[in-house]
Amino acid sequence: MPLTAAQTMPPDAPDQEYHWTLNFGPQHPATHTTLRLVLTLDGERVVNSVPHIGYLHSGFEKLAEHLDFNQYVTIVDRMNYLSPLANEISWHHAVEKLLGIELTPRCKYLRTILAELMRLHDHLLNCGTSALDLGAFTAFLYFFEQRELIYNIVEYASGQRFHTSYTRVGGVMFDVNNEWVNQVRSFTKQFRKTHDEVHKLLTRNRIFIDRTKGIGVLSKEQAINLSCTGPIARASGVVRDLRKDEPYLAYPDFDFKVICSQGGDCYARYLVRMQEMIESVQIIEQAIENIPAGPVNVDAGTGVVLPAKPAVYRSIEGLIQHFEVNMPNRGYEVPHEEIYAATESPNGELGFYIVGQDSTRAYRARTRPPSYIHFAVFPHIIKGHQLSDVVAVLGSLNIIAAELDR
Amino acid sequence: MTIQEIYQRLVDRFGADKITGINEKATDPWIEVAPAAIGEVAQFLKGDDQLALDSLNNLSATDFLETDAKLAAKFPYQPHTEVVYHLYSFRRKHRAVIKVKFDRWKNNEAGQLPEVPTVSHVWGIADWHEREAYDMMGIHFVGHPNLVRILCPDDWEGYPLRKDYEFPEEYHGVRGQ
Repeated sequence: MPLTAAQTMPPDAPDQEYHWTLNFGPQHPATHTTLRLVLTLDGERVVNSVPHIGYLHSGFEKLAEHLDFNQYVTIVDRMNYLSPLANEISWHHAVEKLLGIELTPRCKYLRTILAELMRLHDHLLNCGTSALDLGAFTAFLYFFEQRELIYNIVEYASGQRFHTSYTRVGGVMFDVNNEWVNQVRSFTKQFRKTHDEVHKLLTRNRIFIDRTKGIGVLSKEQAINLSCTGPIARASGVVRDLRKDEPYLAYPDFDFKVICSQGGDCYARYLVRMQEMIESVQIIEQAIENIPAGPVNVDAGTGVVLPAKPAVYRSIEGLIQHFEVNMPNRGYEVPHEEIYAATESPNGELGFYIVGQDSTRAYRARTRPPSYIHFAVFPHIIKGHQLSDVVAVLGSLNIIAAELDR
Repeated sequence: MTIQEIYQRLVDRFGADKITGINEKATDPWIEVAPAAIGEVAQFLKGDDQLALDSLNNLSATDFLETDAKLAAKFPYQPHTEVVYHLYSFRRKHRAVIKVKFDRWKNNEAGQLPEVPTVSHVWGIADWHEREAYDMMGIHFVGHPNLVRILCPDDWEGYPLRKDYEFPEEYHGVRGQ
């Protein structure tokens, strides 16, 4: 495996005097967040690049050892802030595996719809900004309008536009109503129009193709060896989608395709993301018409789930239950297990490794962030390209520094 | 392959002194490997045609220690550190969990980092995972090409995810606690 700091240019390289070093980031408009790359350049050609990360390290995993399973959801939100709810769903998916909780059918459907909305959310921004970095401003604005509509939907459900903290152990914070269902319906109805418009703007655009086709090619073997997942692996021909391979939530009920491509370059990654959006809309359309009735939370009698707020305020049992779950010296039984559970987040496989102990806090909660893995891939696929391609490749990998550094 | 079959195949190849145990009852069953042998076992796990565990999904390290003397009596584990490898086979579509357990400090001398052979030449992505485990847990991966801190600054002291870690009082003039 090449490309570590130790393997930068050997000191006796004959053309070393022609090379110069460029420090790209940590603050740079095209990195979008705080990433730093040290590029070795031969003219404009990238000879080597060494990523330096950690500028946004905030000790999330240490915090996980001090916050209980419901509290930590507010931190998980802030990992991949392009699709906060997808992180929450993934975190509580792992916690529920640890505690052995089976969700209610309504909750499964609700979380599936939200997870797919978040996939749209993430892909919209990613396709928009990767075009923006290459100079195409219009597509970005078209897609941001759609993101705004998703914000509204999420706000209606949870009361927060961005860092929703919506999921809870064994359910969600509030149930949704018919008005919300109608909002989602009208969103999916108009979404394809914008999507088609952006297709017309970018997909056969000569400049866009010249800047993305054949750039940053990731072969299938590399993708597997470097554990790539999500759209990046699928654009390299790796057929892997946790929604199909290890179905969770309500995914077995729906008809959808796993979008793959053979290209492995930036253009293929763009196409995979664009097509995945259509699949997501189809899943939402199927799910929204079939949301089962019934309670959204697991029965509060299990002692693990927070009771509904009206019950807390109006009945003594609800109030007792609320404190039983929340107070540090009460809590519920957590098995001595070590589990790893992952969901297909928009960016790839987002997994959590949780070590359970007696308390309602995780003894250790390691995140497997897809950005971390994909950024390690970056130096391998940028070699030999131009300096301006750095921006195109960074955009297509969708690196989120908050998730990268945790 | 089930975890039992994987275990059997490993024991047939390496013997019981290198493959030290299996826990089938856990939600995610795991196979325990002797720390010194993980390098060659990893080679076999990836290269063998039947196992073909070609993707390292996750590598995490956990520190087991109870610092509170009152609670230490009830603590269910011996103090130790472990590294867990979550593997997946794209070809055979099975998962495996491999675990390595060792003392918190080498020879039980505080400050001497425990040593585990690297697997970064087997699975490319282990490079960054191992750097993070070194940074956060203080595990020395022997043979790693570039074992330097990845998330914390190079001159950071201590290993933040160890249970007995104490936050520094100041760092370059910035007050910590």
